[in-house]
Amino acid sequence: MQRLFIPVLILTAAMFAYSPVAIASAPYESTMLLVQKIFYYHFPAWMALTAAVTVCFVSSGIYLFKGHAWADRLGFAAAEVTVIFGMFGLVSGSVWGRKAWGVWWQWDARLTMAFLLELIFIGYLLVRKYGGPGSEKLAAAMGIFGGATAPFVYKSVDWWRTIHPKTSVMASLGETSPEMWYVVWFCTAIFLMLSGLLLAARMRLETLRAGLDRLYLAAED
Amino acid sequence: MVRRLLTTALSVVLTAAPALALQPPPAPDGFVPIDTLPPTEQLPAGPFLVGAYVFFLLLMMFYLWTIWRRLAKVESEMRELERRTERGQAR
Amino acid sequence: MFFRIALLVLKKDFAIELKSYEILSTTAFFAVSCVAIFSFAFVKEGQAVEDAAAGILWIAIAFAGTLALGRTFERERYGETLKALLLAPAPRPAIYLGKLLGIVMLLFATEVLLVPMVAFLFNAPLFDRPVLLLALLALGTIGYAAVGTLFAAMLVRARTRDVMLPILLYPITIPVIIAGVRGTSALLQSPPDEPMATLWIALLGFFDVVFVTLSLWTFEPLMTE
Repeated sequence: MQRLFIPVLILTAAMFAYSPVAIASAPYESTMLLVQKIFYYHFPAWMALTAAVTVCFVSSGIYLFKGHAWADRLGFAAAEVTVIFGMFGLVSGSVWGRKAWGVWWQWDARLTMAFLLELIFIGYLLVRKYGGPGSEKLAAAMGIFGGATAPFVYKSVDWWRTIHPKTSVMASLGETSPEMWYVVWFCTAIFLMLSGLLLAARMRLETLRAGLDRLYLAAED
Repeated sequence: MVRRLLTTALSVVLTAAPALALQPPPAPDGFVPIDTLPPTEQLPAGPFLVGAYVFFLLLMMFYLWTIWRRLAKVESEMRELERRTERGQAR
Repeated sequence: MFFRIALLVLKKDFAIELKSYEILSTTAFFAVSCVAIFSFAFVKEGQAVEDAAAGILWIAIAFAGTLALGRTFERERYGETLKALLLAPAPRPAIYLGKLLGIVMLLFATEVLLVPMVAFLFNAPLFDRPVLLLALLALGTIGYAAVGTLFAAMLVRARTRDVMLPILLYPITIPVIIAGVRGTSALLQSPPDEPMATLWIALLGFFDVVFVTLSLWTFEPLMTE
Protein backbone atom coordinates (compact mmCIF):
# COMPACT_ATOMS: atom_id res chain seq x y z
CA MET A 1 0.00 0.00 0.00
CA GLN A 2 2.70 2.46 1.05
CA ARG A 3 4.97 1.40 -1.79
CA LEU A 4 2.21 2.27 -4.25
CA PHE A 5 1.59 5.72 -2.80
CA ILE A 6 4.56 7.58 -4.34
CA PRO A 7 4.29 6.17 -7.92
CA VAL A 8 0.54 6.86 -7.99
CA LEU A 9 1.17 10.34 -6.61
CA ILE A 10 3.69 11.08 -9.39
CA LEU A 11 1.41 9.63 -12.06
CA THR A 12 -1.56 11.66 -10.80
CA ALA A 13 0.48 14.85 -10.64
CA ALA A 14 1.75 14.33 -14.19
CA MET A 15 -1.72 13.58 -15.55
CA PHE A 16 -3.14 16.50 -13.60
CA ALA A 17 -0.55 18.83 -15.13
CA TYR A 18 -1.39 17.53 -18.59
CA SER A 19 -5.17 17.75 -18.11
CA PRO A 20 -5.53 21.46 -19.05
CA VAL A 21 -3.86 20.71 -22.38
CA ALA A 22 -6.16 17.77 -23.03
CA ILE A 23 -9.20 19.82 -22.04
CA ALA A 24 -8.16 22.74 -24.21
CA SER A 25 -7.71 20.46 -27.22
CA ALA A 26 -11.11 18.81 -26.80
CA PRO A 27 -13.72 20.09 -29.27
CA TYR A 28 -16.23 22.77 -28.32
CA GLU A 29 -19.75 21.68 -27.41
CA SER A 30 -22.12 23.08 -30.03
CA THR A 31 -24.50 25.12 -27.84
CA MET A 32 -22.63 25.91 -24.63
CA LEU A 33 -19.19 26.43 -26.17
CA LEU A 34 -16.43 27.37 -23.75
CA VAL A 35 -18.26 27.01 -20.41
CA GLN A 36 -19.06 23.37 -21.15
CA LYS A 37 -15.41 22.66 -20.40
CA ILE A 38 -16.24 22.81 -16.68
CA PHE A 39 -17.70 19.39 -17.38
CA TYR A 40 -14.20 17.84 -17.56
CA TYR A 41 -13.77 18.42 -13.83
CA HIS A 42 -17.44 18.45 -12.81
CA PHE A 43 -18.29 14.91 -13.88
CA PRO A 44 -15.04 13.35 -12.58
CA ALA A 45 -15.60 15.04 -9.21
CA TRP A 46 -19.00 13.35 -8.90
CA MET A 47 -17.46 10.05 -9.99
CA ALA A 48 -14.80 10.40 -7.29
CA LEU A 49 -17.57 11.23 -4.83
CA THR A 50 -19.46 8.10 -5.87
CA ALA A 51 -16.36 6.03 -5.25
CA ALA A 52 -15.86 7.63 -1.83
CA VAL A 53 -19.53 7.12 -0.87
CA THR A 54 -19.30 3.49 -1.89
CA VAL A 55 -16.17 3.03 0.23
CA CYS A 56 -17.90 4.71 3.17
CA PHE A 57 -21.02 2.56 2.76
CA VAL A 58 -19.13 -0.70 2.51
CA SER A 59 -16.69 0.04 5.33
CA SER A 60 -19.54 1.22 7.59
CA GLY A 61 -21.25 -2.10 6.97
CA ILE A 62 -18.03 -4.03 7.67
CA TYR A 63 -17.48 -2.10 10.88
CA LEU A 64 -21.06 -2.64 12.01
CA PHE A 65 -21.20 -6.36 11.35
CA LYS A 66 -17.58 -7.42 11.88
CA GLY A 67 -16.33 -4.73 14.24
CA HIS A 68 -12.96 -4.13 12.56
CA ALA A 69 -11.43 -0.84 13.74
CA TRP A 70 -9.76 -0.21 10.38
CA ALA A 71 -13.15 -0.24 8.66
CA ASP A 72 -14.34 2.45 11.04
CA ARG A 73 -11.32 4.61 10.22
CA LEU A 74 -11.70 4.02 6.49
CA GLY A 75 -15.34 5.08 6.69
CA PHE A 76 -14.34 8.31 8.42
CA ALA A 77 -11.68 9.04 5.80
CA ALA A 78 -14.09 8.30 2.95
CA ALA A 79 -16.77 10.59 4.43
CA GLU A 80 -14.32 13.48 4.56
CA VAL A 81 -13.21 12.90 0.97
CA THR A 82 -16.90 12.73 -0.01
CA VAL A 83 -17.55 16.13 1.53
CA ILE A 84 -14.57 17.66 -0.28
CA PHE A 85 -15.52 16.33 -3.72
CA GLY A 86 -19.17 17.12 -3.13
CA MET A 87 -18.24 20.69 -2.29
CA PHE A 88 -16.36 21.05 -5.56
CA GLY A 89 -19.12 19.30 -7.50
CA LEU A 90 -21.74 21.67 -6.14
CA VAL A 91 -19.64 24.80 -6.69
CA SER A 92 -18.57 23.84 -10.22
CA GLY A 93 -22.15 22.94 -11.11
CA SER A 94 -23.38 26.21 -9.70
CA VAL A 95 -20.83 28.22 -11.68
CA TRP A 96 -21.75 26.34 -14.82
CA GLY A 97 -25.44 26.86 -14.15
CA ARG A 98 -24.91 30.60 -13.78
CA LYS A 99 -23.62 30.70 -17.32
CA ALA A 100 -25.79 28.05 -18.97
CA TRP A 101 -29.11 28.52 -17.13
CA GLY A 102 -28.65 32.10 -15.94
CA VAL A 103 -29.03 31.24 -12.24
CA TRP A 104 -26.60 30.14 -9.57
CA TRP A 105 -28.98 27.59 -8.14
CA GLN A 106 -32.09 25.84 -9.35
CA TRP A 107 -34.26 23.76 -7.01
CA ASP A 108 -34.57 20.84 -9.33
CA ALA A 109 -34.42 17.19 -8.39
CA ARG A 110 -30.77 16.48 -9.16
CA LEU A 111 -29.41 19.58 -7.48
CA THR A 112 -31.60 19.16 -4.41
CA MET A 113 -30.66 15.53 -3.98
CA ALA A 114 -26.95 16.25 -4.45
CA PHE A 115 -27.19 19.00 -1.86
CA LEU A 116 -28.85 16.53 0.52
CA LEU A 117 -26.10 13.99 0.01
CA GLU A 118 -23.56 16.65 0.92
CA LEU A 119 -25.60 17.51 4.03
CA ILE A 120 -25.75 13.86 5.10
CA PHE A 121 -21.99 13.53 4.98
CA ILE A 122 -21.42 16.85 6.73
CA GLY A 123 -23.77 15.45 9.38
CA TYR A 124 -21.57 12.36 9.49
CA LEU A 125 -18.51 14.49 10.23
CA LEU A 126 -20.43 16.46 12.88
CA VAL A 127 -21.44 13.23 14.60
CA ARG A 128 -17.82 12.11 14.55
CA LYS A 129 -16.61 15.34 16.06
CA TYR A 130 -19.30 16.08 18.63
CA GLY A 131 -21.07 12.75 19.15
CA GLY A 132 -19.00 11.78 22.17
CA PRO A 133 -18.37 8.15 23.13
CA GLY A 134 -20.24 5.64 21.01
CA SER A 135 -20.41 7.96 18.04
CA GLU A 136 -18.67 5.39 15.81
CA LYS A 137 -21.82 3.32 15.50
CA LEU A 138 -23.98 6.37 14.90
CA ALA A 139 -21.61 7.45 12.16
CA ALA A 140 -21.67 3.97 10.66
CA ALA A 141 -25.47 4.08 10.52
CA MET A 142 -25.24 7.50 8.91
CA GLY A 143 -22.78 6.11 6.34
CA ILE A 144 -25.12 3.23 5.50
CA PHE A 145 -28.20 5.43 5.14
CA GLY A 146 -26.23 8.06 3.22
CA GLY A 147 -24.94 5.39 0.88
CA ALA A 148 -28.52 4.20 0.36
CA THR A 149 -29.55 7.71 -0.70
CA ALA A 150 -26.79 7.99 -3.31
CA PRO A 151 -28.54 5.88 -6.01
CA PHE A 152 -31.55 8.20 -5.70
CA VAL A 153 -29.30 11.15 -6.47
CA TYR A 154 -27.94 9.38 -9.52
CA LYS A 155 -31.31 8.30 -10.90
CA SER A 156 -33.25 11.43 -9.95
CA VAL A 157 -32.65 13.09 -13.32
CA ASP A 158 -34.06 10.13 -15.17
CA TRP A 159 -37.16 9.83 -13.00
CA TRP A 160 -38.18 13.45 -12.80
CA ARG A 161 -38.13 15.93 -15.59
CA THR A 162 -35.44 18.40 -14.57
CA ILE A 163 -33.19 20.99 -16.10
CA HIS A 164 -30.03 18.96 -15.41
CA PRO A 165 -28.83 16.72 -18.31
CA LYS A 166 -29.78 13.06 -18.06
CA THR A 167 -27.37 10.25 -17.27
CA SER A 168 -27.76 8.96 -20.84
CA VAL A 169 -25.61 11.91 -22.01
CA MET A 170 -22.53 10.10 -20.75
CA ALA A 171 -23.56 6.75 -22.22
CA SER A 172 -23.98 8.17 -25.71
CA LEU A 173 -20.95 10.47 -25.58
CA GLY A 174 -18.65 7.75 -26.91
CA GLU A 175 -20.55 7.78 -30.22
CA THR A 176 -21.43 11.46 -30.51
CA SER A 177 -17.98 12.79 -29.71
CA PRO A 178 -15.13 10.32 -29.13
CA GLU A 179 -12.60 13.10 -28.43
CA MET A 180 -14.71 14.50 -25.62
CA TRP A 181 -15.39 11.03 -24.31
CA TYR A 182 -11.68 10.30 -24.15
CA VAL A 183 -10.87 13.50 -22.28
CA VAL A 184 -13.71 12.99 -19.79
CA TRP A 185 -12.50 9.53 -18.86
CA PHE A 186 -8.90 10.74 -18.72
CA CYS A 187 -9.98 13.32 -16.13
CA THR A 188 -12.13 10.75 -14.32
CA ALA A 189 -9.07 8.53 -13.98
CA ILE A 190 -7.15 11.45 -12.46
CA PHE A 191 -9.92 12.18 -9.98
CA LEU A 192 -10.32 8.54 -8.97
CA MET A 193 -6.59 8.24 -8.32
CA LEU A 194 -6.68 11.53 -6.46
CA SER A 195 -9.49 10.30 -4.22
CA GLY A 196 -7.51 7.13 -3.59
CA LEU A 197 -4.48 9.19 -2.59
CA LEU A 198 -6.52 11.44 -0.32
CA LEU A 199 -8.09 8.37 1.27
CA ALA A 200 -4.68 6.85 1.88
CA ALA A 201 -3.32 10.05 3.41
CA ARG A 202 -6.40 10.45 5.56
CA MET A 203 -6.23 6.80 6.64
CA ARG A 204 -2.64 7.28 7.71
CA LEU A 205 -3.72 10.17 9.90
CA GLU A 206 -6.44 8.04 11.54
CA THR A 207 -4.05 5.13 12.04
CA LEU A 208 -1.55 7.44 13.71
CA ARG A 209 -4.29 8.83 15.92
CA ALA A 210 -5.32 5.33 16.96
CA GLY A 211 -1.66 4.58 17.71
CA LEU A 212 -1.45 7.75 19.78
CA ASP A 213 -4.51 6.72 21.78
CA ARG A 214 -2.89 3.35 22.47
CA LEU A 215 0.28 5.11 23.61
CA TYR A 216 -1.71 7.29 25.99
CA LEU A 217 -3.42 4.24 27.43
CA ALA A 218 -0.08 2.50 27.82
CA ALA A 219 1.42 5.58 29.49
CA GLU A 220 -1.41 5.72 32.00
CA ASP A 221 -0.89 2.11 33.11
CA MET B 1 9.21 58.95 -4.73
CA VAL B 2 6.95 60.24 -7.49
CA ARG B 3 7.92 57.35 -9.66
CA ARG B 4 7.13 54.85 -6.96
CA LEU B 5 3.75 56.45 -6.42
CA LEU B 6 3.10 56.37 -10.12
CA THR B 7 3.99 52.68 -10.41
CA THR B 8 1.74 51.84 -7.47
CA ALA B 9 -1.15 53.78 -8.96
CA LEU B 10 -0.60 52.22 -12.36
CA SER B 11 -0.45 48.69 -11.02
CA VAL B 12 -3.64 49.24 -8.99
CA VAL B 13 -5.43 50.50 -12.09
CA LEU B 14 -4.08 47.69 -14.23
CA THR B 15 -5.19 44.98 -11.81
CA ALA B 16 -8.52 46.58 -10.99
CA ALA B 17 -9.62 47.22 -14.55
CA PRO B 18 -9.85 43.55 -15.66
CA ALA B 19 -11.41 42.64 -12.32
CA LEU B 20 -14.08 45.29 -12.82
CA ALA B 21 -14.59 44.25 -16.40
CA LEU B 22 -15.10 40.65 -15.30
CA GLN B 23 -17.86 41.55 -12.83
CA PRO B 24 -20.96 39.64 -13.98
CA PRO B 25 -24.02 41.78 -14.67
CA PRO B 26 -26.81 41.62 -12.05
CA ALA B 27 -28.86 38.42 -12.08
CA PRO B 28 -32.15 38.57 -13.94
CA ASP B 29 -35.36 38.21 -11.93
CA GLY B 30 -36.21 34.55 -11.86
CA PHE B 31 -35.21 32.13 -14.52
CA VAL B 32 -34.63 33.48 -18.01
CA PRO B 33 -33.38 31.01 -20.62
CA ILE B 34 -30.02 32.38 -21.61
CA ASP B 35 -30.59 31.93 -25.35
CA THR B 36 -33.42 34.46 -25.35
CA LEU B 37 -31.21 37.19 -23.93
CA PRO B 38 -29.60 39.62 -26.35
CA PRO B 39 -25.92 38.78 -26.96
CA THR B 40 -24.75 41.82 -25.01
CA GLU B 41 -26.35 40.49 -21.83
CA GLN B 42 -24.78 37.06 -22.15
CA LEU B 43 -22.09 36.37 -19.60
CA PRO B 44 -18.51 35.82 -20.64
CA ALA B 45 -17.65 32.15 -20.13
CA GLY B 46 -13.95 32.58 -19.43
CA PRO B 47 -14.07 33.82 -15.83
CA PHE B 48 -16.55 31.09 -14.87
CA LEU B 49 -14.37 28.40 -16.37
CA VAL B 50 -11.18 29.69 -14.80
CA GLY B 51 -13.01 30.29 -11.52
CA ALA B 52 -14.17 26.68 -11.33
CA TYR B 53 -10.72 25.30 -12.04
CA VAL B 54 -8.98 27.67 -9.64
CA PHE B 55 -11.51 26.78 -6.95
CA PHE B 56 -10.63 23.11 -7.39
CA LEU B 57 -6.91 23.79 -7.03
CA LEU B 58 -7.43 25.94 -3.95
CA LEU B 59 -9.77 23.38 -2.38
CA MET B 60 -7.30 20.56 -2.91
CA MET B 61 -4.42 22.60 -1.58
CA PHE B 62 -6.46 23.59 1.47
CA TYR B 63 -7.48 20.01 2.16
CA LEU B 64 -3.94 18.69 1.78
CA TRP B 65 -2.77 21.44 4.09
CA THR B 66 -5.31 20.44 6.77
CA ILE B 67 -4.25 16.78 6.51
CA TRP B 68 -0.60 17.76 6.73
CA ARG B 69 -1.22 20.00 9.73
CA ARG B 70 -3.19 17.33 11.57
CA LEU B 71 -0.48 14.74 10.81
CA ALA B 72 2.20 17.07 12.15
CA LYS B 73 0.20 17.66 15.30
CA VAL B 74 -0.32 13.95 15.99
CA GLU B 75 3.33 13.20 15.31
CA SER B 76 4.59 15.93 17.62
CA GLU B 77 2.22 14.72 20.30
CA MET B 78 3.57 11.21 19.85
CA ARG B 79 7.16 12.37 20.20
CA GLU B 80 6.26 14.36 23.28
CA LEU B 81 4.58 11.32 24.83
CA GLU B 82 7.48 9.04 24.02
CA ARG B 83 9.93 11.45 25.61
CA ARG B 84 7.82 11.68 28.74
CA THR B 85 7.43 7.90 29.10
CA GLU B 86 11.16 7.36 28.54
CA ARG B 87 12.00 9.89 31.21
CA GLY B 88 9.50 8.22 33.50
CA GLN B 89 11.14 4.84 32.98
CA ALA B 90 14.63 6.19 33.44
CA ARG B 91 13.78 7.62 36.83
CA MET C 1 -43.42 -15.18 17.58
CA PHE C 2 -41.72 -12.23 15.90
CA PHE C 3 -44.92 -10.25 15.48
CA ARG C 4 -46.21 -11.25 18.91
CA ILE C 5 -43.14 -9.67 20.51
CA ALA C 6 -43.54 -6.55 18.39
CA LEU C 7 -47.17 -6.32 19.47
CA LEU C 8 -46.17 -6.83 23.11
CA VAL C 9 -43.71 -3.93 22.92
CA LEU C 10 -46.40 -1.83 21.29
CA LYS C 11 -48.90 -2.80 24.00
CA LYS C 12 -46.42 -1.84 26.71
CA ASP C 13 -45.89 1.60 25.16
CA PHE C 14 -49.62 2.01 24.77
CA ALA C 15 -50.31 1.15 28.39
CA ILE C 16 -47.73 3.67 29.61
CA GLU C 17 -49.03 6.39 27.31
CA LEU C 18 -52.67 5.79 28.26
CA LYS C 19 -51.83 6.50 31.91
CA SER C 20 -50.92 10.13 31.30
CA TYR C 21 -51.34 10.97 27.59
CA GLU C 22 -48.18 13.01 28.12
CA ILE C 23 -46.46 12.46 24.76
CA LEU C 24 -49.64 12.53 22.70
CA SER C 25 -50.89 15.79 24.18
CA THR C 26 -47.54 17.59 24.04
CA THR C 27 -46.83 16.40 20.48
CA ALA C 28 -50.28 17.41 19.24
CA PHE C 29 -49.99 20.80 20.92
CA PHE C 30 -46.54 21.34 19.42
CA ALA C 31 -47.81 20.42 15.94
CA VAL C 32 -50.68 22.86 16.25
CA SER C 33 -48.34 25.66 17.36
CA CYS C 34 -46.09 24.86 14.39
CA VAL C 35 -49.04 25.36 12.05
CA ALA C 36 -49.85 28.65 13.77
CA ILE C 37 -46.26 29.91 13.42
CA PHE C 38 -46.07 28.96 9.76
CA SER C 39 -49.41 30.51 9.02
CA PHE C 40 -47.98 33.85 10.20
CA ALA C 41 -45.05 33.40 7.81
CA PHE C 42 -47.02 32.31 4.75
CA VAL C 43 -50.17 34.39 4.88
CA LYS C 44 -50.13 37.59 2.87
CA GLU C 45 -53.04 40.04 3.12
CA GLY C 46 -55.37 37.42 4.54
CA GLN C 47 -54.56 34.95 1.76
CA ALA C 48 -52.31 31.93 2.18
CA VAL C 49 -49.43 31.64 -0.27
CA GLU C 50 -50.18 29.05 -2.93
CA ASP C 51 -49.08 25.52 -2.04
CA ALA C 52 -48.26 26.61 1.52
CA ALA C 53 -50.72 24.14 3.08
CA ALA C 54 -48.84 21.05 1.88
CA GLY C 55 -45.52 22.34 3.12
CA ILE C 56 -46.89 23.44 6.47
CA LEU C 57 -48.60 20.10 7.04
CA TRP C 58 -45.43 18.11 6.45
CA ILE C 59 -43.13 20.41 8.37
CA ALA C 60 -45.47 20.21 11.35
CA ILE C 61 -45.45 16.40 11.09
CA ALA C 62 -41.65 16.30 10.87
CA PHE C 63 -41.08 18.64 13.83
CA ALA C 64 -43.72 17.00 15.98
CA GLY C 65 -42.21 13.63 15.04
CA THR C 66 -38.80 14.70 16.36
CA LEU C 67 -40.39 15.77 19.63
CA ALA C 68 -42.31 12.50 19.97
CA LEU C 69 -39.20 10.43 19.18
CA GLY C 70 -37.12 12.31 21.72
CA ARG C 71 -39.75 12.02 24.46
CA THR C 72 -40.51 8.34 23.82
CA PHE C 73 -36.89 7.30 24.17
CA GLU C 74 -36.23 9.72 27.01
CA ARG C 75 -38.87 7.80 28.93
CA GLU C 76 -37.07 4.54 28.14
CA ARG C 77 -33.77 6.00 29.22
CA TYR C 78 -35.11 7.36 32.48
CA GLY C 79 -36.11 3.99 33.80
CA GLU C 80 -33.22 2.19 32.03
CA THR C 81 -36.02 0.17 30.50
CA LEU C 82 -34.53 0.05 27.03
CA LYS C 83 -31.57 -1.85 28.42
CA ALA C 84 -33.97 -4.28 30.07
CA LEU C 85 -35.90 -4.61 26.86
CA LEU C 86 -32.74 -5.40 24.92
CA LEU C 87 -31.71 -7.98 27.51
CA ALA C 88 -34.95 -9.87 26.99
CA PRO C 89 -34.61 -13.12 25.02
CA ALA C 90 -36.37 -11.64 22.00
CA PRO C 91 -35.16 -10.89 18.49
CA ARG C 92 -33.94 -7.28 18.38
CA PRO C 93 -35.69 -6.44 15.09
CA ALA C 94 -39.01 -7.37 16.76
CA ILE C 95 -38.33 -4.80 19.49
CA TYR C 96 -37.51 -2.22 16.82
CA LEU C 97 -40.74 -3.03 15.00
CA GLY C 98 -42.75 -2.61 18.19
CA LYS C 99 -41.21 0.78 18.92
CA LEU C 100 -41.72 1.84 15.30
CA LEU C 101 -45.40 0.89 15.42
CA GLY C 102 -45.79 2.92 18.60
CA ILE C 103 -44.26 6.04 17.04
CA VAL C 104 -46.32 5.61 13.86
CA MET C 105 -49.55 5.30 15.88
CA LEU C 106 -48.65 8.41 17.84
CA LEU C 107 -48.00 10.39 14.67
CA PHE C 108 -51.20 9.11 13.10
CA ALA C 109 -53.11 10.35 16.12
CA THR C 110 -51.45 13.75 15.72
CA GLU C 111 -52.30 13.82 12.03
CA VAL C 112 -55.97 13.13 12.76
CA LEU C 113 -55.95 16.51 14.47
CA LEU C 114 -53.51 18.22 12.15
CA VAL C 115 -54.96 17.48 8.72
CA PRO C 116 -58.48 18.84 9.32
CA MET C 117 -56.94 21.86 10.98
CA VAL C 118 -54.73 22.64 7.96
CA ALA C 119 -57.64 22.01 5.58
CA PHE C 120 -59.83 24.35 7.64
CA LEU C 121 -57.30 27.15 8.20
CA PHE C 122 -55.87 27.25 4.68
CA ASN C 123 -59.07 26.48 2.84
CA ALA C 124 -57.29 23.51 1.28
CA PRO C 125 -59.32 20.78 -0.47
CA LEU C 126 -57.37 18.02 1.29
CA PHE C 127 -60.29 15.60 1.43
CA ASP C 128 -61.16 15.56 -2.27
CA ARG C 129 -59.09 12.43 -2.80
CA PRO C 130 -59.16 10.76 0.63
CA VAL C 131 -57.55 7.48 -0.45
CA LEU C 132 -54.54 9.15 -2.08
CA LEU C 133 -54.11 11.50 0.89
CA LEU C 134 -54.30 8.58 3.29
CA ALA C 135 -51.66 6.68 1.28
CA LEU C 136 -49.36 9.72 1.24
CA LEU C 137 -49.71 10.33 4.97
CA ALA C 138 -49.33 6.68 5.91
CA LEU C 139 -46.28 5.98 3.74
CA GLY C 140 -44.62 9.30 4.58
CA THR C 141 -45.10 8.82 8.30
CA ILE C 142 -43.76 5.27 8.19
CA GLY C 143 -40.67 6.31 6.24
CA TYR C 144 -39.94 9.19 8.60
CA ALA C 145 -40.57 7.14 11.73
CA ALA C 146 -38.51 4.17 10.47
CA VAL C 147 -35.29 6.22 10.34
CA GLY C 148 -36.29 8.25 13.39
CA THR C 149 -36.87 5.24 15.62
CA LEU C 150 -33.53 3.71 14.69
CA PHE C 151 -31.52 6.87 15.38
CA ALA C 152 -33.45 7.84 18.51
CA ALA C 153 -32.87 4.35 19.90
CA MET C 154 -29.14 4.60 19.23
CA LEU C 155 -28.94 8.06 20.71
CA VAL C 156 -30.33 6.90 24.06
CA ARG C 157 -26.75 6.23 25.11
CA ALA C 158 -25.26 9.41 23.68
CA ARG C 159 -24.76 12.49 25.81
CA THR C 160 -25.60 14.95 23.04
CA ARG C 161 -28.82 13.22 21.99
CA ASP C 162 -30.96 16.36 21.85
CA VAL C 163 -28.88 18.07 19.19
CA MET C 164 -27.79 14.90 17.40
CA LEU C 165 -31.28 13.60 16.59
CA PRO C 166 -32.19 16.46 14.20
CA ILE C 167 -28.70 16.51 12.70
CA LEU C 168 -28.88 12.82 11.85
CA LEU C 169 -32.54 12.57 11.06
CA TYR C 170 -33.36 15.56 8.88
CA PRO C 171 -30.84 15.15 6.02
CA ILE C 172 -31.71 11.48 5.66
CA THR C 173 -35.47 11.94 5.78
CA ILE C 174 -35.72 15.06 3.60
CA PRO C 175 -36.42 12.89 0.50
CA VAL C 176 -39.46 11.51 2.33
CA ILE C 177 -40.63 14.99 3.29
CA ILE C 178 -40.08 16.22 -0.29
CA ALA C 179 -42.14 13.35 -1.67
CA GLY C 180 -44.88 14.01 0.89
CA VAL C 181 -45.01 17.74 0.20
CA ARG C 182 -44.96 17.40 -3.59
CA GLY C 183 -47.56 14.63 -3.53
CA THR C 184 -49.86 16.63 -1.26
CA SER C 185 -49.53 19.80 -3.31
CA ALA C 186 -50.36 17.77 -6.44
CA LEU C 187 -53.58 16.78 -4.67
CA LEU C 188 -54.30 20.40 -3.75
CA GLN C 189 -54.30 21.59 -7.36
CA SER C 190 -57.64 22.06 -9.04
CA PRO C 191 -58.31 19.63 -10.56
CA PRO C 192 -56.10 17.31 -8.45
CA ASP C 193 -53.13 15.96 -10.38
CA GLU C 194 -53.69 12.27 -9.67
CA PRO C 195 -50.92 10.70 -11.81
CA MET C 196 -48.39 13.00 -10.14
CA ALA C 197 -49.64 12.12 -6.65
CA THR C 198 -49.51 8.40 -7.52
CA LEU C 199 -45.93 8.79 -8.73
CA TRP C 200 -44.90 10.35 -5.41
CA ILE C 201 -46.80 7.66 -3.49
CA ALA C 202 -44.89 4.99 -5.43
CA LEU C 203 -41.63 6.74 -4.60
CA LEU C 204 -42.61 6.95 -0.92
CA GLY C 205 -43.36 3.24 -0.97
CA PHE C 206 -39.92 2.63 -2.41
CA PHE C 207 -38.24 4.77 0.27
CA ASP C 208 -40.20 2.92 2.97
CA VAL C 209 -39.06 -0.46 1.74
CA VAL C 210 -35.41 0.68 1.64
CA PHE C 211 -35.49 2.45 5.02
CA VAL C 212 -37.41 -0.23 6.93
CA THR C 213 -35.26 -3.02 5.50
CA LEU C 214 -32.04 -1.19 6.34
CA SER C 215 -33.28 -0.39 9.84
CA LEU C 216 -34.35 -3.95 10.61
CA TRP C 217 -31.04 -5.16 9.25
CA THR C 218 -28.82 -2.75 11.20
CA PHE C 219 -30.77 -2.51 14.48
CA GLU C 220 -29.17 -5.60 15.96
CA PRO C 221 -25.48 -4.62 15.51
CA LEU C 222 -26.20 -0.96 16.25
CA MET C 223 -27.74 -1.68 19.61
CA THR C 224 -25.06 -4.15 20.68
CA GLU C 225 -22.48 -2.54 22.92
